[in-house]
Amino acid sequence: MPKRTDLKKILIIGSGPIVIGQACEFDYSGTQACKALREEGYEIVLLNSNPATIMTDPEMSDHTYIEPITADVVEKIVRRERPDAVLATIGGQTALNTAVEVAERGVFDSFGVEMIGADLAAIKRAEDRDQFKKAMAEIGLDVPRSGIARTMDEARAVVNDIGFPAVIRPSYTLGGTGGALVYNVEEFERLAARGLEQSMISEILIEESVLGWKEYELEVMRDRNDNVVIICSIENFDAMGVHTGDSITVAPAQTLSDREYQNLRNGSIAVIRKIGVETGGSNIQFAVHPETGRIVVIEMNPRVSRSSALASKATGFPIARIAAKLAIGYTLDEIPNDITKKTPASFEPTIDYCVVKIPRFAFEKFPGADDTLTISMKSVGETMAIGRTFKEALQKGLRGLEIGISGLEIKDGKIDPGQIETMLVRPTPERLFYIKAALRQGMSPERIAELTGIDPWFLRNIRDIVDLENKLQSYGGLTAIPSDLLLSAKRFGFSDAQIGGIIGMSEADVRSLRKKKAITPVYKLVDTCAGEFEAYTPYFYSTYENEDESRTGTARKIMIIGGGPNRIGQGIEFDYCCVHASLTLRELGYETIMVNSNPETVSTDYDISDKLYFEPLTLEDVLNIVEVEKPEGVIVQLGGQTPLNLALPLARNGVRILGTSPEAIDRAEDRKLFKELADAIGILQPQSDTALSLEEAEAAVARIGYPVLIRPSYVLGGRAMAVVWSDSELMKFLREAFLAAADHPILIDEFLEDAIEVDVDAVSDGIDVIIGGVMEHIEHAGIHSGDSAMVLPTYSLPARLVDLIKAKTRDIAIQLEVKGLLNIQYAVKDDKIYILEVNPRGSRTVPFVSKATGVPLAKIATKVMAGISLKEQGITEDPMPPYYAVKESVLPFARFPGVDTILGPEMKSTGEVMGVDRNMGLAFAKSQIAAGQHVPESGRVFISVKDTDKEDIIAPAKKLDEMGFEIFSTPGTARTLINHNVKVSCLPRLAEGRPNIIDYIKNGAVNLLINTPSGPIPRRDEVTIRSIAVAHGIPLVTTVPAAVAMINAIGALKNGCSDIRSLQELYTL
Amino acid sequence: MKSKAILALEDGRIFNGIPFGAQGERFGEIVFNTGLTGYQEVLSDPSYQGQIVTMTYPLIGNYGTNENDMESRALWLEGFVVREVCRQPSNWRSTKDIETFLKEYNVVGIEGVDTRALTRHIRESGAMRAAISTEDHDPDSLIEKVRSSPDLVGRDLVREVTCERPYTVNSTGGQKVVVLDYGVKTGIIEQLCHSRCSVTVVPAATSSDEILRLKPDGVLLSNGPGDPAAVTYAVDTIRALIALRTIPIFGICLGHQLIGLALGGETYKLKFGHHGGNHPVKNMTTGKIDITVQNHGFCVNSDSLEHEAIQVTHMNLNDGTLEGIEHTTLPLFSVQFHPEAGPGPHDGRYLFGRFVQLMKQYKNKG
Repeated sequence: MPKRTDLKKILIIGSGPIVIGQACEFDYSGTQACKALREEGYEIVLLNSNPATIMTDPEMSDHTYIEPITADVVEKIVRRERPDAVLATIGGQTALNTAVEVAERGVFDSFGVEMIGADLAAIKRAEDRDQFKKAMAEIGLDVPRSGIARTMDEARAVVNDIGFPAVIRPSYTLGGTGGALVYNVEEFERLAARGLEQSMISEILIEESVLGWKEYELEVMRDRNDNVVIICSIENFDAMGVHTGDSITVAPAQTLSDREYQNLRNGSIAVIRKIGVETGGSNIQFAVHPETGRIVVIEMNPRVSRSSALASKATGFPIARIAAKLAIGYTLDEIPNDITKKTPASFEPTIDYCVVKIPRFAFEKFPGADDTLTISMKSVGETMAIGRTFKEALQKGLRGLEIGISGLEIKDGKIDPGQIETMLVRPTPERLFYIKAALRQGMSPERIAELTGIDPWFLRNIRDIVDLENKLQSYGGLTAIPSDLLLSAKRFGFSDAQIGGIIGMSEADVRSLRKKKAITPVYKLVDTCAGEFEAYTPYFYSTYENEDESRTGTARKIMIIGGGPNRIGQGIEFDYCCVHASLTLRELGYETIMVNSNPETVSTDYDISDKLYFEPLTLEDVLNIVEVEKPEGVIVQLGGQTPLNLALPLARNGVRILGTSPEAIDRAEDRKLFKELADAIGILQPQSDTALSLEEAEAAVARIGYPVLIRPSYVLGGRAMAVVWSDSELMKFLREAFLAAADHPILIDEFLEDAIEVDVDAVSDGIDVIIGGVMEHIEHAGIHSGDSAMVLPTYSLPARLVDLIKAKTRDIAIQLEVKGLLNIQYAVKDDKIYILEVNPRGSRTVPFVSKATGVPLAKIATKVMAGISLKEQGITEDPMPPYYAVKESVLPFARFPGVDTILGPEMKSTGEVMGVDRNMGLAFAKSQIAAGQHVPESGRVFISVKDTDKEDIIAPAKKLDEMGFEIFSTPGTARTLINHNVKVSCLPRLAEGRPNIIDYIKNGAVNLLINTPSGPIPRRDEVTIRSIAVAHGIPLVTTVPAAVAMINAIGALKNGCSDIRSLQELYTL
Repeated sequence: MKSKAILALEDGRIFNGIPFGAQGERFGEIVFNTGLTGYQEVLSDPSYQGQIVTMTYPLIGNYGTNENDMESRALWLEGFVVREVCRQPSNWRSTKDIETFLKEYNVVGIEGVDTRALTRHIRESGAMRAAISTEDHDPDSLIEKVRSSPDLVGRDLVREVTCERPYTVNSTGGQKVVVLDYGVKTGIIEQLCHSRCSVTVVPAATSSDEILRLKPDGVLLSNGPGDPAAVTYAVDTIRALIALRTIPIFGICLGHQLIGLALGGETYKLKFGHHGGNHPVKNMTTGKIDITVQNHGFCVNSDSLEHEAIQVTHMNLNDGTLEGIEHTTLPLFSVQFHPEAGPGPHDGRYLFGRFVQLMKQYKNKG
């Protein structure tokens, strides 16, 4: 069937900020969908609140709305743009839920907007547990025994029927939020109640536990002609009970015979037909009993997903792109397979390698969080590796994880030998290492399988790795190792560094000996067809085999090193920059080579760069590619800390680094060198010192005086960074900083209290400098810039200071000989400007600044690196938007119940949103709504602040009072407010009486909390209040400046309705 | 010193590896199969008689083998080429690991081969004669032996795999189907039984008279190995059956090719054949696409069948080759792919229902 001509304009809904459970994969799928539909001539309207996405680049759609993803906003867009159709199946659960809400309001019907892909009825059949269960019964598929409950009484009745252990799943949440496994009545009471609260519709499903069963996922596609194909099967390493996002997963399925696999395939086809997803991709999860083979359907996502992104990268079949084409009427046989060109998309990819995905966690950022892996997702990123065997792919994946291991290695002190059995039973990020430890102690794979529920097939493969390591160990020196053993090690995925570690030699020595023995990797293609047809798309992975398929050619080549797995501090913003670099260089006529290991990203889409190498970002792996491809230069300044850490080692190996030199990068990172630079330029710095030992650190603190800011050098995202106010806390924080710093020194700075922090992003070509934006933080210095809300342009600083900041930025760029991007953080206190940090590289705020101003900084910087000066590019003026743009951070506290929700010098946010409007108040309000924070226009506000904040909260409280809010406070704060004639009711401290604030929160009887922490080690009461507020979704503000901004936003909303504008319109203002 | 095995190709290409399964020296045509699952069904499929098979998926043996997944009574292929063999399988149905299985059925295997390089070589140079040897480690000598080994073209391999005497399965079934065993897979018989047919399997050389004596409601021409043009006796039998105009005939794979020849068409050899479970086939009547299981090196030339009564019912979307035909006036249809699956998707199974319908229709007529 040809494409539909009755549709002209299509609204695409994105997924919003990066949160746990919903990350870059939806930028990847959204970008594919935009491109796929635009090339068919449709007019695209896009809604996404996340400025750090490629899909929100103004050239990706015709009308780009960076606005909150809410039903209200969708309704406004529908009224304004009058689209013919809405595609809500490529923007994750957020898009799906929002579309459902809008559809139920009747908006789509009354404006004649068709839901393409999956309609309302199909979405509800898939998402509503009860409907889903009925549908499965009708097609004869088994589901775990279960019951729906809307109240605690109903819940108790269901669990009596099913027994323990039981699983509780709230309806309509993303990433399984609130899902929990309960073993006893007490846990059940607590977690069932939480589930009811978290569900958008106060509904939970309680079901029979299939804990320990084998878990599989199939990625299915269907077209308008009812053709159905399976794109990929995925087998989970961890058994049922661990969320698939937190599990190591493997493609294709490994331990099913054809008969068993075909049962899953037939089941999947029956499910997608029954649910009625008319066109597009779906993900279907099954559990298979390891001894009986009984199959139960766990769930179905009627949309593209994290797993479909993984399946696309694992097979080369672009699910989201094809889903978009199917949604507008094409059938699978009418769409060509881009990779083979000659065969159609109506087939099932087959692969001739093994793919392993490994999640990356961030528990170190959330002290006190429970690191047990459950059915509620907790990981923040993932890496994927491709090898010819599971062993090779697993080890490549582990080194690609960038957690300080070079393969299946156990870091010193990471294993408690007395806890092996316990740690095998309890799934945690460390379990894989306990498996290795158990095998080393001689425990059998079969016994480990009993304890972990992990299939023995995986465990025996790991045993093979351990056995080979033992063999290597028995050789004293490298030269003694026979060539075939070394080759076996490489074929088992051992890295040079890992082999070096085993036999006591340096990575460089292993490398040179290996090369002498002619043991070098080859590159093979990901081609969707296991070599049956010629592939035209150069998408490579390395392995140790005979035949090399790389196509080096003679074009002028530039290599871009990506950011690796997402983590807190290094995420989509850097991928955005890498993608811009590749697109720009291609426009300039270069052949671009992308190297990255993150399957979620746009950068690892095979049509972004001329060549894609899906490889771990280690020196060994990158050097191997450089040696084959011989690029003119390598770009390391855009992918975050990962490529930056490779800059000097690559340069030492003779690789040309484009843009700012590795020495200059080092000069900015090195405190002492940088101090000299600051002095030369004549800019103040907070007093600072470095220390390599506890003694040195104590001496430095004594010299500088409290408060001090402590942090390790060479880390991103403020890992182990803290403000310390007194001797009593010093040792604890120093120890943590030294631990995180590894062998690098720690930095100790004078802390500027209540200073305004400013971020600047600039591009320099060595002669001229363009200031992309000067951003004023809402929160004061001391809150990590990645967690702070920022406003562009500045809203309270005098113009004189802004000009001075710009001038100093220019001086530093020239002095440092920056060629490319530069980010500087300043603090302003008592009219004086201090420089806090200089990063001669792409920063987290580059996409925000670029979206806010319409000036694409990463593209400009890339041209500079390719030798085109700013003048030659015609870039001469600093942009200055005639509106306000606010970047707000999104925090994952709801995922980690009980963890304190305060902000500090260590970054904790996972993503960001942008709010744009004509005034600061409205822009801030939009940013809060986009970040999921409700902005109340009336009701009750609870205010409880630390003593030093009490003066500053009086004026904001007065304003709240004037706007008609009812104010509650704890005794201390109440006293201050009453003294200043603010109407306030006093609530008792938690231990001193009821009803207290917790009762108000639980009853939904409070609309906003303003609660500032008492110090770096806060009181238990405050932690409880904040944590419960987050769990109940009550807006929470933890700093006075943020409270002021929030109250202004409330005022702005009350005074006038905000309207929406597309980027394309904003840029013409 | 590890033991060694060599895979030598007719054109002089050599792959070194490690032996697994039986020891010895075997000759055959080298082909690749792209299925991710189903190695046991591949191993026990009689259509691989005379061939050495490499699996493009590198990890083979993971789920072991069991009695129920046999596609015939034995293993027929000459050799098996794998990247990594799993000797300790993991699956609740597994009763034997693949190494033991190969040894029992005396099949020579080689592992540790860059099977992707081998596959690409076959793709570029075509399927060709080859040998696996665990004995002769001299490449030149082995290549020479390969070059003097018999070619697949023109050889009747059917007589090597067909049953010796007739047997009946599900004798109480409704429609009575005679299956001409050119190397029939168990899956075909299972699907007929599943469609409530009584099935009598007869040797490939059974004459049309002998078949008629069984009073069948329909005849199924099975899959089988090798070059259809070499099985002349089968073509004669099929012509005689067609001439009766009353017995519904369903041809699968080799059976389809033999029908093509019986109708006056020609067959030709494909460069490297179709061996896998992901081939898109378009049903020309409904426009729908089935993901089909394929295992054939020869193909019917659709131009050679330009008879107005013969309709093309199925086309391969990858390369446009003929996948199915039907006769507009006679009760006759056939497909090149394997509707019974095993291993691979079940999309084509509806054809057994169609066959039953056709038999019922003609039974009522008669």
